[in-house]
Amino acid sequence: MTADKQPLLDVRGLGIFFRTEAGEVQATRDVSFQLRPGERLGIVGESGCGKTVTGLSILGLLPRAQSRVEGQVLFEGRDLLTLSPRQLRAVRGRRISMIFQEPMSALDPVFTIGQQIGETLRAHRGIGKKEARERAVEALAQVGIPLPSRRVDEYPHQLSGGMRQRAMIAIALVCEPQILIADEPTTALDVTIQAQIIDLLFDLSARTGTALLFITHDLGVIAETCTRMLTMYAGEVVEDSPVDAALERPRHPYTSGLLRSIPRLSKRKTVLPSIAGRVPSPADMPTGCRFRARCVHGLAECEARQDLLDVSLDRRARCMRQAELTLPGAIA
Amino acid sequence: MTSIVEAKDLRVHFSTSGGAETVKAVDGVSFAMNRGETFGVIGESGSGKSTLGRAVVCLLKPTAGAIRLDDADPYALSGAAFRKNRRDYQIVFQDPNAALNPRMRIRDSVREPLDILGEGTRAERNARAVAVLDRVGLRAEFAERYPHELSGGQKQRVNIARVLTLRPKLVVCDEVVAALDVSIQADMLNLFADLQREFGLTYLFITHDLGVVSHISDRVAVMYLGKFMEMGGADDIAERPLHPYTEALLSAEPVPLPSHLRSGQRIVLQGEIPSPISPPSGCRFRTRCPFAEDICASSEPEWRELEPGRYVACHFAGQVTKGRKS
Ligand SMILES: Nc1ncnc2c1ncn2[C@@H]1O[C@H](COP(=O)(O)OP(=O)(O)OP(=O)(O)O)[C@@H](O)[C@H]1O
Ligand SMILES: Nc1ncnc2c1ncn2[C@@H]1O[C@H](COP(=O)(O)OP(=O)(O)O)[C@@H](O)[C@H]1O
Ligand code: SF4
Ligand code: SF4
Ligand SMILES: [Mg+2]
Ligand SMILES: [Mg+2]
Repeated sequence: MTADKQPLLDVRGLGIFFRTEAGEVQATRDVSFQLRPGERLGIVGESGCGKTVTGLSILGLLPRAQSRVEGQVLFEGRDLLTLSPRQLRAVRGRRISMIFQEPMSALDPVFTIGQQIGETLRAHRGIGKKEARERAVEALAQVGIPLPSRRVDEYPHQLSGGMRQRAMIAIALVCEPQILIADEPTTALDVTIQAQIIDLLFDLSARTGTALLFITHDLGVIAETCTRMLTMYAGEVVEDSPVDAALERPRHPYTSGLLRSIPRLSKRKTVLPSIAGRVPSPADMPTGCRFRARCVHGLAECEARQDLLDVSLDRRARCMRQAELTLPGAIA
Repeated sequence: MTSIVEAKDLRVHFSTSGGAETVKAVDGVSFAMNRGETFGVIGESGSGKSTLGRAVVCLLKPTAGAIRLDDADPYALSGAAFRKNRRDYQIVFQDPNAALNPRMRIRDSVREPLDILGEGTRAERNARAVAVLDRVGLRAEFAERYPHELSGGQKQRVNIARVLTLRPKLVVCDEVVAALDVSIQADMLNLFADLQREFGLTYLFITHDLGVVSHISDRVAVMYLGKFMEMGGADDIAERPLHPYTEALLSAEPVPLPSHLRSGQRIVLQGEIPSPISPPSGCRFRTRCPFAEDICASSEPEWRELEPGRYVACHFAGQVTKGRKS
């Protein structure tokens, strides 16, 4: 399948640190993964596991004064982590774009949608005002906004939540980037609108070959959108696998626990399997397996630091018991 | 036995733009709730779920139609009787922070509703607060903490404890698990089920999450633009929807199953929910319904009991939906 293609994005040993009042804390450790052309990779995990900061770090969007990033983010022969803010701006929006859960935070309230799309185009493509407007109308039509030639002159607050999300996608895609990073783009939307946006992203990625890095806490969204998935726990990648394989037979107890706690997969009115406890905070990370305190399969040896082990050619799991455990997946 | 809640053609309208326009948030809803059941309400944002929930606990007065609680019209009761009746009907909201004062210790927040009622001595009220906190899974040490020292899930437990101290008969749960991670959400749903068994509670469970609603509910109502489209047993609705809107909602839900086990065709509804200021004529769902015909614009479908216990408002109910498996 895609496994033979060269990776488009090669993230190696990403460690993200924040300076806080209590000293420096580490939000992610040794995050490594690859994204291939046209691939749709999901990142899943509970809140606070490091999904958002991982996405932000790729584009140098973490607050510079309070953070430090180690590792490498290789893209088109360069390490994005070594680029100057100016060099990064040339990548952002043109080669790699990002969309967020709350489109209002990314859209500028004082400019029309058309001006914002035009701005992106003119900055990266150097085209004129008139052409930019035409392209903006096209872009809005492409993301399924009705009456695009009217909407193009409207301000963000005049659009509904679903329309704003589409407008943000239009801005993100207008320069036909290689990679789109989407951080919970449908979390605030109704299922009906979510289905529209998922279809839109899916079609655009299939048509233009844009690779998708899809961050979400919703395994249903991953199942319907992505080809591969990374499970993150407490700042680490704990499983990296093709989606169907992970849903059928997860190799990390955390992936299994996340799946089993979904109400839809249990019989009505039965006790839902949950994962006792909470994600540890970066300020007091346990040594050894970070999931140990919540894992029902833990052994004394799990107190040793766990590495991502190869499960097969295209799967890895950070659990020393991955080969011997048979963990329930979407079908128990 | 009589119903714990009975709504007859209930309407809650709001006037906006200085009275120039009327938002018909709830626009003619009839249903009855049985004691001890969980009655789920689903629907898109803006369909009127929260407004309905607030009307049930008398936080909003009906514009028209009637609501009966325990077979009495709450608005016909005297002040004292109204307050006593209100106490039996409580509500918990989505935002775990909404009901908590950031400067009050958890124990004091939980005790507050009892303080207002002035029941028993302060020591007794404290003991009750701590006991209820323990019951929702928060050990005594949490009683001394402040809200910011708790996680979202823990704060939501506090909110439940707060209403439980009043020993209500019915609790409206308005998106109470929406802000929580799945594993924490699973804990909370288990807790709701336990509390129901233990205290004989009745729930009106409002959520936009279909998985959640079908897991926890005995019966489900599907709401769209101020009206119920369909109502029936939770399993029936999930397995064999009779209304095109229900079918579309169910099919839009992303399913966490490997691709070979997913049904494949998804109905993607076009467009968005129209404004409740001027809902479409005839059937309100017609602007997005894949099966709409002329009659749907000219005449409003009647709310009828198509099969025992299964109510639906659609001219072609049961004829156009396919039912679903998986
Ligand atoms: N106090 C109010 N004044 C005017 N309009 C209101 C008021 N409260 C609610 N509405 C409107 O009534 C309609 C129904 O709102 P409601 O909050 O009941 O919807 P909901 O189904 O709970 O939606 P959500 O899923 O977003 O919580 C919406 O159009 C809303 O904007
Ligand atoms: N600016 C910041 N300063 C300090 N810590 C932060 C900052 N941003 C994120 N973090 C911490 O990094 C961790 C990962 O956060 P995040 O990536 O937002 O998680 P997720 O997206 O998986 O919910 C969390 O513990 C969070 O508190
Ligand atoms: S390493 Fe041990 S504690 Fe960690 S997930 Fe595997 S079995 Fe559980
Ligand atoms: S009455 Fe007509 S428009 Fe309304 S749901 Fe039925 S078929 Fe669709
Ligand atoms: Mg996040
Ligand atoms: Mg609501």
